Amino acid sequence: MKKLWNNYRYLFLRRFTQISLLVLYFGANAWGWSILVGNLSSSKILGVIPMSDPYAVLQMLMAGAVLAGDLLLGVAVVTIFYLLIGGRAFCSWVCPINMITDLANFMRRKLEIDRIVGVKQPASRDIRYWVLALSLIISYIMGVTAFEFISPISMVHRGIVFGLGFGWAAMLIIFLFDLFVLKNGWCGHICPLGGFYSLLGKFSLIKVHHSEENCTLCMKCKDVCPEKQVLHMIGKESLPVLSGECSNCARCIEVCDDDALRFSIRELALQRKTGE
Amino acid sequence: MSENRPKIKKEKKQPISDRRRFILNMARGIGMATIGGFMWSAYIDEATASELVLRPPSALQEDDFLKTCIKCGLCVEACPFDTLLLAKPGDNKPIGTPYFVPRDVPCYMCPDIPCVPVCPTGALDVQRVTTDDKLDINSADMGVAVVDDNSCIAFWGIQCDACYRACPLFGTAITIEYQQNERTGKHAFMKPIVHADACTGCGMCEHACVTEKPAIFILPRETATGKAGSYYIKGWDKSDEKRLENAHAIKTTTELSKKSATDSLNSSLEDLY
Repeated sequence: MKKLWNNYRYLFLRRFTQISLLVLYFGANAWGWSILVGNLSSSKILGVIPMSDPYAVLQMLMAGAVLAGDLLLGVAVVTIFYLLIGGRAFCSWVCPINMITDLANFMRRKLEIDRIVGVKQPASRDIRYWVLALSLIISYIMGVTAFEFISPISMVHRGIVFGLGFGWAAMLIIFLFDLFVLKNGWCGHICPLGGFYSLLGKFSLIKVHHSEENCTLCMKCKDVCPEKQVLHMIGKESLPVLSGECSNCARCIEVCDDDALRFSIRELALQRKTGE
Repeated sequence: MSENRPKIKKEKKQPISDRRRFILNMARGIGMATIGGFMWSAYIDEATASELVLRPPSALQEDDFLKTCIKCGLCVEACPFDTLLLAKPGDNKPIGTPYFVPRDVPCYMCPDIPCVPVCPTGALDVQRVTTDDKLDINSADMGVAVVDDNSCIAFWGIQCDACYRACPLFGTAITIEYQQNERTGKHAFMKPIVHADACTGCGMCEHACVTEKPAIFILPRETATGKAGSYYIKGWDKSDEKRLENAHAIKTTTELSKKSATDSLNSSLEDLY
């Protein structure tokens, strides 16, 4: 039991956060709760604190919308929050799609699909930045928020809160794509919201830190990491994971049996390194 | 075996230079982005083309609305009658945006308009439902009621004033026009007439209509109304005639044909003879 907790503590906490947020949003629409009203695009906490998706607002700006003060306040709240705790923390602690892609990834490992398709990465992880740029260009040209019209994230989240419609098809597409077409396909390659938060998260304070002296090179962390490239220092150097593409999902910390990975505050970690 | 094979000289290819690799990679990226961009834009063009969507009160013009609405659903949650819905995939409406179907649930015109002030983006603009610094739902403009006089039984001569009675702007947005029924000689038609300038498009008439498929229904104002343009002036209306004061004529001259009339008439027949 203790081992179970030790090996899955962050996964458990993440699922708890993701699901409770969904329940709070759902309850607001179904039973009139006021703790968290709206959806991931824009919402209000207790009817007071506004929160808005900065990427959606960026698209609105490109589309030529007049931005309201409330909205900008909401953007500031969300931006500052993720600047502090790590941009892509949204991806692994909040986003409902994460549960779908994690399941696909889990099944990929269990079914050993990599053994038939090979482990070579067929697509660049930079696609997300191209999609991000493209979404802003299309928003500007078409005068609408381009990604918000196709986003499976808002489709699924809105679906759970307000009624799904054909949203289940979006869920299935993402699941099958990640399972059979491209490993970590949606979250790790394509999603421009992830790309946006990667850029934001470069400067975040909370980072995973690696201590090389404890590492036994078992590579369990790289096996489980959905963004392997961020763990380039494993077994080579004691460094914090500085890439914004790390989603602070903490799977690497859980699977490490040698205490070579842990969360730390960015500045402390850097200081410790320079001090040594 | 292998000895008999002709020996193929393997030409060693030059390694690709970093500059070439960079330029080719960029070209590849731009090419793929172009493919994706056009498909994406085409989808958005189709997805936003729907013109028959009824929006909550005080919504901006449709194209501004699509820009500004963040699809958060706060208006939907604020609506006490569950009138407002968020467009789901499969509803064939711009996805995630709020709309309502008056035949199912019309807008009940709350005096405090709870759906509007909650909008974080201003896509629902309080100013559009404010008269003299007070919220005024009667100034809302969600659409216009249109009567199909072929299926409206009041136009047949059967007595029905369900829409007239249901209208929250009683006697203003819908009035009853009396007209003699010549078929019977002793009855009157009581025809409902919609006044587009007063109608808010709430849809209570459509909801109340007794026919199998409503004979009175709400359409977005843009769809339901025509436009006379600036050429026509109500000569009997002093204020409308004022438009003539600063009007200036556009002189056009059509050059007269130099040919004689018979030539011109017969010219096209020349080939026949």
